[in-house]
Amino acid sequence: MSYLPKSPWLIHYDASSCNGCDIEVLACLTPLYDVERFGVLNIGNPKHADIFVITGSVNEQNKPVIQNLYNQMAEPKVVVAIGACATSGGIFRECYNVQGGIDKVIPVDVYVPGCAARPESIIDGVVKALGVLEEKHKNMTKVAK
Amino acid sequence: MNTVLFLILYPVIVALLLLILPQLAIRKFIVGASTAILTVASIYLMIDYFNTGAVFFEFGTHTLNLGILFIEVALAAIIVYISVKHKQFLAALLMLTGAIMTIWFEVTHGNQIHATHNLFVDNLSLIMTLIIGIIGGLIALFAVGYMEEYHKHHPNVKNRVPFFFFIVFAFLGAMYGLVFANNLMWLFFFWEITTFCSFFLIGYSRDEIAIKNAFKALKMNLLGGLAFSAAIIYLFTNANTVELNQLPNLASTVVLLPAALLAFAGISKAAQMPFSSWLLGAMVAPTPVSALLHSSTMVKAGVYLIIRLSPVFAFVEGGATVGLFVAMVGAVTFLLASFMAISQMDAKRVLAYSTIANLGLIVVCAGIGTYELVWAAIMLVIFHAIAKSLLFLSVGTVENNVGDRIIESMDGLITKMPKVAIGMVIGIAGMFLAPFGMLISKWAALEGLVSANPILTVFVAFGSAATLFFWTKWLGKIIMIKEKPADFVAKIPVTEQFTLTALAVMTIGVCLLFPLISKYSLEPFIQAIYGHAYMLDQSNVAILLIMMGIILVLPLRLMTYGELNYRPQYLAGSNSSEKEKFYGSLGLTRDVTMKSFYLENIFGEDKLFKLGVVSSIVLIIIMFGVGI
Amino acid sequence: MSGINATIAVILYIVLAPVVGGLISGVDRKISARMQGRYGPPILQPFYDVFKLMAKQNIVVNKHQKFYVLCFLVFIIITGAIFFAGGDLLLAIFALTLGSVFLIIAAYSTYSPYAYIGAEREMLQIMAYEPMVILTVVGMYMVTKSFSVFDIAMFDQPLIYSLPGIFLGFVFILTIKFRKSPFDISMSHHAHQEIVRGVVTEFSGKELAMVEVAHWYENVFLLGIVCLFFASNPVIAIVLAALTYFLEIFIDNNNSRLKWQSALGSAWIVALVLGVGNIAFLALR
Ligand code: SF4
Repeated sequence: MSYLPKSPWLIHYDASSCNGCDIEVLACLTPLYDVERFGVLNIGNPKHADIFVITGSVNEQNKPVIQNLYNQMAEPKVVVAIGACATSGGIFRECYNVQGGIDKVIPVDVYVPGCAARPESIIDGVVKALGVLEEKHKNMTKVAK
Repeated sequence: MNTVLFLILYPVIVALLLLILPQLAIRKFIVGASTAILTVASIYLMIDYFNTGAVFFEFGTHTLNLGILFIEVALAAIIVYISVKHKQFLAALLMLTGAIMTIWFEVTHGNQIHATHNLFVDNLSLIMTLIIGIIGGLIALFAVGYMEEYHKHHPNVKNRVPFFFFIVFAFLGAMYGLVFANNLMWLFFFWEITTFCSFFLIGYSRDEIAIKNAFKALKMNLLGGLAFSAAIIYLFTNANTVELNQLPNLASTVVLLPAALLAFAGISKAAQMPFSSWLLGAMVAPTPVSALLHSSTMVKAGVYLIIRLSPVFAFVEGGATVGLFVAMVGAVTFLLASFMAISQMDAKRVLAYSTIANLGLIVVCAGIGTYELVWAAIMLVIFHAIAKSLLFLSVGTVENNVGDRIIESMDGLITKMPKVAIGMVIGIAGMFLAPFGMLISKWAALEGLVSANPILTVFVAFGSAATLFFWTKWLGKIIMIKEKPADFVAKIPVTEQFTLTALAVMTIGVCLLFPLISKYSLEPFIQAIYGHAYMLDQSNVAILLIMMGIILVLPLRLMTYGELNYRPQYLAGSNSSEKEKFYGSLGLTRDVTMKSFYLENIFGEDKLFKLGVVSSIVLIIIMFGVGI
Repeated sequence: MSGINATIAVILYIVLAPVVGGLISGVDRKISARMQGRYGPPILQPFYDVFKLMAKQNIVVNKHQKFYVLCFLVFIIITGAIFFAGGDLLLAIFALTLGSVFLIIAAYSTYSPYAYIGAEREMLQIMAYEPMVILTVVGMYMVTKSFSVFDIAMFDQPLIYSLPGIFLGFVFILTIKFRKSPFDISMSHHAHQEIVRGVVTEFSGKELAMVEVAHWYENVFLLGIVCLFFASNPVIAIVLAALTYFLEIFIDNNNSRLKWQSALGSAWIVALVLGVGNIAFLALR
C-alpha cells in the first residue's frame, strides 16, 4: 500500500460554477467537517496536487485552463467533478457558450452529484477518488517495472 | 632589489612603447607579453623574498629626489593647465596648493631629509605586487579586445587607444612604486600619479559628463593628497622622519595627527563616505577602467595605506581612538553603501557600491588594527580584487553583447551566454557566499570585531544582510532558465575569454589555497608586527574546504539526470501554447516578464547618501580632533 | 568535542533530525487544528506527505531546479552537522545562508512568476532576520568568549541571564524562520496563498519532499540554538525550546499575514532595540 490515500492534496478549480458548489467545497475545510483529519489539504497548486476538484461546467474561456492545470499535475492524479454543472453542464447545459461537463475536456474519475453538492457527498467523492488514486499508482509502478 | 626597480620602471617603458606604436597587432603582442612578464616578475619577486620578512633598501640619491620633484611639478603644471582650460578653478587651486607645499618643503628642508630606507619589500607588498601584476595585467589584456569593440559601439568617442594604454601601464608602474615605497615622499609621488592616471582614464571619452566626473575624482583625490603632504611636512618638522616603517615607533604626540591625515588621504582614495561619489562617477569610463580602479589599483592604494597605518592605531598610545573613528567611517560606509546597492538597477553601479562597501569593511578592520582584523583586511583585499575584476569585466562583455548593463536585461543570461554567466555566478558567489573568499574574511572580520569592539559588529550584521539581498537578486536574474532569443549570437573576443576564464579559475583557486596563503604569507607578516599571528582554526578550514569540494562536485549531478518530465511554469492555468507566454485579457497572448524589488523608498540613494555624507564628515572631524 | 563524539553527534543528527523535525511538524499541525476547533490530522501526517511525494511522478520546468534543491538540502544538513558536532556557530549560520540562497535560486531558475515573487520575498525575509541571527552569535560570544557551539553549550551559567534581549529578538525572528504568520510571506503551510505556494510553486514530487525534509532539519537546528540559551540544564533547555515552539504556533494561529514592509521593519527594529541594546549593555558592563 502506498501513502497516497493518506495524504491527498487537492487543487480546487472553479470552472464556471455559480459558487454554490465552491462554498460547499470550502465548507469541508471548516471545523465541522475538517477534512484535514484525513490528511487532505487544499494546496492550490496543480504541481503539488493529487486530486483535481472542479466545480462548474466547461466553456470556451476555461477550457484551456482546465487542460493546462490537468497537464501540470504529476501522476498519479484523479479528477473529481463536483455538482451537476461539472458532471453534465447542469442548469447551464443549454447555454450558447457551455460545452457541457468536465469530461468533455479531461478524463473524470469521480462524479459527485448535487446542486449544490453537499459536503458529505464531496468528502465521499474524494474518498472514492483515493481508491482510484491507489489503483493508478499501482498501474504506474507496474508500467515502471 | 633589481626586480623591485624593474617592476616599477618596466610598466613605464611599456607605456611609452604603447604610446608610440599605435598598431593593434603590436599592441596585442606588447600587452600580452608584458602581462606575462609582469606576472613572472611578480612571482619571481615573491619567491626571491619568500620568508625574508621586511627587507629595506637604501637606494636613492639627492638627484633622484630632485628628479621626482621635477616630474611632480611638471605633472602639476599639466593638471593646472587642463583644469584652467575647463574652468575647473577649484581643481587648479587644489593642485597649485599641493605643488607649492611640495616645492616649499623641498626647497626649505630638502637638504636635511635623509631617508635611510627608501624602498622595501615585505609580505604585504608582495601580495599587492601579485594583485597588481596578475590582475592588472589581465585587465590590460582584456582591454585590448574590449577597446576595439568599445569604439565600434561609441563612434562619437575619439579613438585615443594608444594614450589609453599609456595611462594604464603608467598606472601599474605607479602602483608598484606605491607598494614598495618606504619613503613617504616617494609614496606620495606615486600616490599623486595614481590620482592623475585615474583622472585621465575617467575622462577618456571626453564628453561632458566624463569630464565632470573626472574632475570630481581629481578634486577629491587632490584633497586627500593635500592631507598627505601636510602629514609629511608635519612628520618631518616634528619627528624628523619621513619613513613609513618608523611611524609606529614614534611618540603619540607627534604621530597621531599625521596618522589621521594619512588615514584621511586613504579614505578619499578608497572612496569612503563622504568621497564615495567619485568612484560612482568613474563608471562613465570604459569598463576595463572601472575594473582597474576597483580591483587592483587606485582604491586598493587607499586601503593599502590604511592597513599600513594599523600598527599605529594598535600600538601608539591614543592611536586606538583615532583608529576607532577611521573604522567608524568605514563602518558607516559599509552599511550605507550596502543599502544603496539594493536600489541600483545599473550593474556597474551595484558593483561600485559593493566595492565601496567592501573597502569600508577593510577600513573597519585596518582602523581597529588588531592582528585578527589585519588578517581579515588583507584577505579581503585579495579576494575582492579577483572577484570584483571578474565581475566588472563580465559585465563589460555582457554590455557589448546585450546592449546595456541593466540588471533587468540579464534575465536568463545563463542560456544566452552560458560561459560568461557561469563566470559571473562564480564572481557573485565569491562576493558573499559561504565557502568563498569574501565570506571567509568577513567571518574573520566578525570574529575579530566581536573581541575588539562589539558595537561595530552591528554595522557588519546589517550591512551583510543587505549585501545578501542585492547579490542574490542579481544572481537569480542570471541563472533563470529562459528561452534564448533565436537571433542572439554572443561575440566574445579571445583576449576577453582568456581573461575571464583566468579570473574565474583564480577566484576559485584562492578559495582553495587560502590556508596556504594565510600560512606562508599573512601569518609571518602579522607575526612580525604583532608578535603573534592569527591562526585559522584547522577544523573550520577543513569544513570550508569540504564545502568548497561539495560545491565543485555537486554540479556533476546535473549530467546524471536522465529523462525528465518537463512541464511549463504555473501561470494560473493560462499558459498559451508558446513557451513563456500566457493568455492575457482581451484574448491577447502576452510575455511573462518579471521585475525585481529595488526598494527605492527604503534604500533610495538620495536620503542615504546625504545621511552618509553628514555622519562621515562628523566622524572625520572628530578623528582630527582626537588626532590633535 | 572529541572527534569520535562529534562523529556520533553528526550521525545521530542526520538520522534523527528528520524524525524529530517531522514529529514536531505533526504536533504543530495537530495543535494548530485544535486551536482552530478542528480535530486535525494524525501526528504522523507530515511523514505520510513526504512518503507520498516520493512516490509521485517528478515534473520539472528545467533540470537545474532539481540540482539547486539538492544543494539546498545538502547545505541545510551541513549546517546542522556543524552545529551538532559542536563546531563554529558563525560558520553554521553561513552554511545556513548558503543553503537558503540555493532554495531562492532554485525558485528563480524556473522563471515562474509565482516562484519569483516567492523568491524575492524569501530574500526580504532573510534580510529581515539575518542581522538578528548574527547579533545572537555576537552576544553568545561576548558572554562565553567562544564561537564554538560546544564551548557555548558547556558554559556554566544559562546564557539567558545575560542575553534576555537577544533571546527575545531571536524568538521574534524564529517566527520568520519557521514560516509562521504573520511573517509567512514567501510561502506558507496554509491555504491562504495569494502567490500560490511562493518559493516552492514549481517543485513537485521528490523535490518538494526534499524541501520539506530540509525544513525539518532546519527547524531542529533552530531549536538547537534556542536550547543553547538554557544549555546548562538539558532538560530545562528542551522544555523551554518546546515552549518556544508552542509560542510560535500560538502566534501563528492568532495573526494574519503582514506586508513585507512590516516584516522587514519590525524585524530590524527588534534587532536594533533588543539585539543591539543587549549587546551595548554587555559591552558597557
Ligand atoms: S451544480 Fe448547482 S450549485 Fe453547483 S455550480 Fe452548478 S448550479 Fe451552482
